[in-house]
Amino acid sequence: MLETLTPVAAQGLFQYAWLMVAIPAAVAALLLILGKVTNSFGHWLATLAPIASCVFAVIYFVDLLSMSPDSRAVSLHLYTWIASGAWQIGVGILLDPLSILFALLITGVGSIIHIYSIGYMAHDPNRRRFFAYLNLFIAAMLILVLADNYLVLFIGWEGVGLASYLLIAFWQERPSAAAAGKKAFVMNRVGDLGLLLAAFTMLAMFSSTSFSAVDAGASKLSLGWATFIGFMLLLAACGKSAQVPLQAWLLDAMEGPTPVSALIHAATMVTAGVYLVVRSSAIFEQTPAAQLAVAIVGTVTLLVGAWIGCSKDDIKKVLAGSTMSQIGYMMLAAGIGPAGYAFAIFHLLTHGFFKANMFLGAGSVMHGTNDDVNMRHYGALAKAMPVTFVTFGIGYLAIIGFPFFSGFYSKDHIIEAAFHAQPALGILALIGAGVTAFYMTRLMIMTYFGAKRWEPKVHPHESPAVMWIPLVLLAIGSIAGGMVLNGWIGSWLSVVGADAGEHATWMPEFTWLGVVTLVVVALGVVISWLVFRKDVPKEAPAQVTVITTIGRNDLYGDAFNDTVIVRPAAFLSRAATAIDDVGIDPAYEGGGWLVSKLGDKVRHIQNGYVRTYGVTMALGVVLVGLALLISRLV
Amino acid sequence: MTSLYAILAVILFTIGLVGFLVRRNALVIFMCVELMLNAANLLFVAFSSHWGILDGQVAAFFVMVVAAAEVVIGLSIIVMISRSRRSTSVDNEIVLKG
Amino acid sequence: MMLIPMVTGVEVTFWICAVLAILGAVGLVTFRKPVYSALCLALVMISLAVIYASLGAPFLFAVQIIVYTGAILMLFLFVIMLVGVASEDSVTETLKGHRVAVAIAGLGVLVLLVLAVAQGVHGTPVGVDSANTSAGGNVQGLADLIFSRYVIAFESTAALLITAAVAAMVLAHPELIKKKAGQTQMAAARLQAYARDGVDPGPRPSSGIFARHNSIATPALLPDGTIAQESVSKVLADRVGLRSVDELWGPHDEVLAAIETAGEEPLDVEDLDWDDDETAPGELEPADDHVVDETADEPAPGEPDTTDDQNESEESHADAVAETPADEEKRND
Repeated sequence: MLETLTPVAAQGLFQYAWLMVAIPAAVAALLLILGKVTNSFGHWLATLAPIASCVFAVIYFVDLLSMSPDSRAVSLHLYTWIASGAWQIGVGILLDPLSILFALLITGVGSIIHIYSIGYMAHDPNRRRFFAYLNLFIAAMLILVLADNYLVLFIGWEGVGLASYLLIAFWQERPSAAAAGKKAFVMNRVGDLGLLLAAFTMLAMFSSTSFSAVDAGASKLSLGWATFIGFMLLLAACGKSAQVPLQAWLLDAMEGPTPVSALIHAATMVTAGVYLVVRSSAIFEQTPAAQLAVAIVGTVTLLVGAWIGCSKDDIKKVLAGSTMSQIGYMMLAAGIGPAGYAFAIFHLLTHGFFKANMFLGAGSVMHGTNDDVNMRHYGALAKAMPVTFVTFGIGYLAIIGFPFFSGFYSKDHIIEAAFHAQPALGILALIGAGVTAFYMTRLMIMTYFGAKRWEPKVHPHESPAVMWIPLVLLAIGSIAGGMVLNGWIGSWLSVVGADAGEHATWMPEFTWLGVVTLVVVALGVVISWLVFRKDVPKEAPAQVTVITTIGRNDLYGDAFNDTVIVRPAAFLSRAATAIDDVGIDPAYEGGGWLVSKLGDKVRHIQNGYVRTYGVTMALGVVLVGLALLISRLV
Repeated sequence: MTSLYAILAVILFTIGLVGFLVRRNALVIFMCVELMLNAANLLFVAFSSHWGILDGQVAAFFVMVVAAAEVVIGLSIIVMISRSRRSTSVDNEIVLKG
Repeated sequence: MMLIPMVTGVEVTFWICAVLAILGAVGLVTFRKPVYSALCLALVMISLAVIYASLGAPFLFAVQIIVYTGAILMLFLFVIMLVGVASEDSVTETLKGHRVAVAIAGLGVLVLLVLAVAQGVHGTPVGVDSANTSAGGNVQGLADLIFSRYVIAFESTAALLITAAVAAMVLAHPELIKKKAGQTQMAAARLQAYARDGVDPGPRPSSGIFARHNSIATPALLPDGTIAQESVSKVLADRVGLRSVDELWGPHDEVLAAIETAGEEPLDVEDLDWDDDETAPGELEPADDHVVDETADEPAPGEPDTTDDQNESEESHADAVAETPADEEKRND
């Protein structure tokens, strides 16, 4: 049985929890409204906002830590949004072990990325707008995770979608960026539909959308409705977290500035789907079908992302594929059930650190090579950019699951849990781990080792301190995150529905599965090293295997969407237009034409002579009289 | 006997109607309207006498009052139109043309 | 015994009045002058009033005469006078097929109404005498009804009449569309008209003053002997028509002719007096010409002329006489 917390009303400092959201939102509004006035100091102000929120988050985290485990949930009712009959939908903040972890991640990584962006965007003419959007994102994301019901969560959900759109299309002068923004926005709408339907169904079923009401009422839900809500939530999660089949937007989203990719499309927003599934654990507990679907979607995405990661030459797209893959792990864990929730969140946190670290590292590399993203033009950058190399290397070790690095703990747990739940999924997850090692090693070799394949006039150099200090901070997180959280997170999250699991410590237990995983990872690394230690051609080879071609084309995700959705929709709309043009328009226009021509004729009756009107009236009287008379006679 | 009065009233009414339709001078048209009203009054009085009740006469009285009010308004409109158009012919109001 | 239906006074009244009323109605529709139409309408109304009286409605008889014939018709006559008594309807119909349509409509209405009222008449006539006597008289009977059953309608007519009176004042009141022009503006406008159209900026000439005609309807003569159109108000000119030069000079010619014939005979004392002042009337102009010596202006032999100097000044323009017939033609155009 699930343990659910009954939130207590906020007291003391907790009454100011809304400031966590309000500060970045206010700064975003300020920067956007005041405009050029804030050009000179806007980025500093915008960097302070998430730091302030982070301070709040830390304070609340410590407060929650000091509470007894079964009372670690604080709710703050702000106001009643909708009061209609039995429906009382409030706007409120819920601080519990799950949401505070997210708040910490968002504000912590967010602050670091803000600092990094000061350096990265130093020469962009629209720096102020960029920072305003970043703050808008922070505010929306905090609304998403701090909301105490699904409708308010939806506001945040839409807010991050908007911020994501604005930031992907930040360099709107590039058609590709504008198109990528639109693509992300539209594909997210599909997922949003799922969330809305889920929320409406909850409203119909429970007369409320608050988490506590849903948790309490879920067990009484019929299987059909539970499955429906579960699948709708999964659809929402797929849209936001770029899971198959709604994965196609994430790769294009790399058109945005690299800090955006790090913050939104790696560390925070794309993990909202995982948060949603974990938050809705009460619903998923009722419906094994939806739960299994979550696990399968996660597994498929895990492999798809890895496949794409293997075949791309664009460093950011490799990382994007890797992100999809890692989120696939999280979804898989979330789909396993209570045994996996804690691991999903654990991996989410560690991934937030090491992936943000690597994205920022990639940004640093691009910064040093005139914004070139093609790994075939890199090579031997380890010496040119030592700090970037070292921090990136730590991220690399973390993601492949090198012992004692953060990914090692979280990913091993997931694979292990998957094996216990569904051996087939476990094997696939294991293969995914090997492939991850393969493509990440490829990335490392192509970028930092081998021969110099730099473009002319490119002189790689280390980034300024404002950029590499965040790298260092994140690298520390990538190393230590796993060890620190490993023994603690299971029990911390147990109160929100996760299994505490066996008592774990910072010292991993080397089970046989752990050893197998290590072997598979080592195999991936070695194969990759054998393949790519040779000279890498500067131009991508045209003669490649089918597998590579499929991977380069994102597994034909776009083509699939095009064929299955876009073309039929376009055909339908063209057909509708044609029917409109041929059938409906002429009918209306012909009717109008007829009336107008008739009017041309009939208006001559209106000759302007009152006497004619009089005669007409008199004749009318006669006619009516005759009619009456005839009706009398008949 | 009453039908004779009725037929007289009908004849007067019809003459009034025809005059109303053929004449062009607004004043004469107006007089034709009065003629029609008088025809109706005659019918009222005749039937009042026929049935032996006075309500018909009261109705005729009211018709006269209303006719007085109507004449006042109508004539002032005619005066106003003739002042601006220098004519009392209804055919001149051709601005009504569609 | 009585094969011939008894002819009562009521029937006699009806037949006389019916004929008069129909004649009046036909006259109302056919006369071209609105004044005649109005008088015909009066005839109809009075005939109907008499019929009312014969039908036991003395109150309506009085009201018909006083209110309808006396007040309303007089109002009609006033307005006819106000808007132009001279306007006559032309006989020709301008609208195509209008008369046919009117004939059809009139006939249809006639037939339908006859059918309708014929259906309404049944039973024997009762007459209102008993109703009148039971109420103590016709007026009392009507008053009973008006102030009891129809009191609300009666009160409404009061409001209606008040509204009508106010509305008539509002409608007939001439609105000043723009600010009244002052003397300066009028002078400027007059000079502008002169500059633009050549309209004489001076005052209009006064009406003609002749020994035999001095009403304001008499036109003055211009120096060239033609009529000064401006000297008579347009309304009067339309109503009465301008006197022609012939008409004005006619008496003159007669007198001149008389003088010429009298020249061979001794004249009266007055004639002699008048003749003495004259230099040589016979020499100046031939008698058959329209324009004659101003002395011929004096028609009555008994009246001494005191305007010699004036007449002499006109004399200097006598050479323009030849133009007169042409001018007359122009005027006739």
